[in-house]
Amino acid sequence: MDAALLLDLYRQMALCRRFEEAAGRAYQQGKIRGFLHLYVGQEAVAVGAISAAAPTDYIVATYREHAHYLARTGDARAAMAELYGKGTGTVGGRGGSMHLFDAQKRFLGGWAIVGGHIPIAAGVAFASKYRDEPDVTLCFFGDGTANMGAFHEGLALAGLWKLPVVFICENNMYAMGTPLYRTLSVEDVSVRAKGYPIAADIVNGDDALEMRDATRQAVERARKTKEPFFLEAKTYRFRGHSMSDPAKYRTREEVEQWMQRDPLALLAARIQTLGIATPDQLAKIDEDAKAIIQDAVEFAERSPPPDPETVLDHVEA
Amino acid sequence: MSKPETRTLSFREALREAMTEEMERDPNIFLMGEEVGHYNGAYKVSEGMLERFGEKRVIDTPIAETGFAGVGIGAAMIGLRPIIEFMTWNFSLVAYDQIVSNAAKLRYMTNGQFALPIVFRGPSGAAHALGAQHSQAVESLYAHIPGLKVVVPAVPSDAKGLLKAAIRDDNPVCFLESEVMYSLKGEVPDGEHVVPLGVADVKRPGRDVTLVTWGKMLHTALKAAEELAGGGIEAEVLDLRTIRPLDTEAVLASVRRTHRLVVVQEGWPFAGVAAEIIALVTREAFDELDAPPERVTNLDVPMPYATNLEQLVLPSVPRIVEAVRALTGTRAA
Repeated sequence: MDAALLLDLYRQMALCRRFEEAAGRAYQQGKIRGFLHLYVGQEAVAVGAISAAAPTDYIVATYREHAHYLARTGDARAAMAELYGKGTGTVGGRGGSMHLFDAQKRFLGGWAIVGGHIPIAAGVAFASKYRDEPDVTLCFFGDGTANMGAFHEGLALAGLWKLPVVFICENNMYAMGTPLYRTLSVEDVSVRAKGYPIAADIVNGDDALEMRDATRQAVERARKTKEPFFLEAKTYRFRGHSMSDPAKYRTREEVEQWMQRDPLALLAARIQTLGIATPDQLAKIDEDAKAIIQDAVEFAERSPPPDPETVLDHVEA
Repeated sequence: MSKPETRTLSFREALREAMTEEMERDPNIFLMGEEVGHYNGAYKVSEGMLERFGEKRVIDTPIAETGFAGVGIGAAMIGLRPIIEFMTWNFSLVAYDQIVSNAAKLRYMTNGQFALPIVFRGPSGAAHALGAQHSQAVESLYAHIPGLKVVVPAVPSDAKGLLKAAIRDDNPVCFLESEVMYSLKGEVPDGEHVVPLGVADVKRPGRDVTLVTWGKMLHTALKAAEELAGGGIEAEVLDLRTIRPLDTEAVLASVRRTHRLVVVQEGWPFAGVAAEIIALVTREAFDELDAPPERVTNLDVPMPYATNLEQLVLPSVPRIVEAVRALTGTRAA
């Protein structure tokens, strides 16, 4: 087992967890506004999957994308400043929490209409194939996407044209406040992929290593065959859908049961079992993550708001 | 300076030339849509293009507007320059979210990190007896949205020159054609012919009233101007060519010459492009007006099928003439 890899995954997941906690606090203080969708509990999916992709592979994600952005760019300052609506944010305060982008690092959103980005991800993969480039596109979305027309049309075209895109469904069992069993006619979202036909697999999304391995295989397969793949990651969000959601539709027992498989705790246990690091050493990694996030918060706080003179920029008609 | 050599082309041939020339120039450009390839285009605009460019660049799609509009947006995000054909713009409404929520927002929402060079094109508006769901003029629906450009050519030379400019533009462009104009013939300049977006064109000069129009209503307005001339009223016909960006100076300059305005717009009146033009003129040139500005639009109903009813709903020469006469205080002879 690669000790450096495991420690790096843990470091990244800790960074995501601390980022979300800090964002939640800033939201309650009124410093972050709008909608804020936290990723706490799902960190293994984004970090595991993105660690398996090449830095030149494209990432397309949803409005619950802070961790995906951090896993690709590592830039907590630009992310936090964006949530604060500051000019130093990754998109200059134009996007906010739901619209993080970094063109240089091939992080292509940050899309907030459920399902709308599925055809876009297929289109990015289409362009890679058109230009005979080796890049693969990773497209993240939630289980609530599975009934949207755009989801089906995106999959249909990716399957028809054999596009190198890996669809990663983060099945956290709830579409906002409605459990999946009440809204989906099949038990597993990945069943939907089979008719297009797109090969599919189900993975434990709380296990960063399993997530990484499954994604690596899917990405390499897509790179080699130029065909899509569908990964369904079973996971759970510990918080409500957004900051305004107290998540009363779930029992305390259910939440506690899932928190037993906290992806950070699972990875920490494995690292200790393998003798890669002691609890103290892991605590130090966590402290470092907190310091990086604290620095990001301070950066966001002291950054100026966007220059009012620029409000009309980038619209040419 | 000698006049440039021209050739007579149909509207559809002019569009085909624009796409073909641009695709010859830039391998990043491709054409995608329903029936564009093997069927040679539902309205034969892309006839022969599959043979010329192959299946890689002339791509037949399933009936999945949301899907292929989104694929175009994704491809444009990383540098391709898609031309997405809608068999009609009526079907674009299935992809409205892609165009409005994604294409129109991207450049602004990313603080200019991305360009989005994509053209959505196809016929819009009423043809003949196609009923309520296939007769919608969509320019007001799209011109409302910042981040989109909206182009509506009316003659073959503009069709070619504007489409070339649209393909070269780094913003999403909605390019609205018309089934009933595809066979319309006109002179098109030889050689490189690009018409910049956002520049209106006086198609007929006049001193008594300005008729602002675009797309196939230009031809109705020109006929009305002819009839009015018989009664001694010289109407200036201004073809906007591009709805967004709007050539406000051309509109205001014409109204300053004629002091009267009638906007002729296919499509519904409520919150339409004509209302925007009238708001512009009332705000910027109120003192120039000798009469309240008027508009001639579709009647405010879905399009009926029966021919006599359809003709009632659409702007017509008699309705334009009547509107102008009311403004100028003249009566039919």
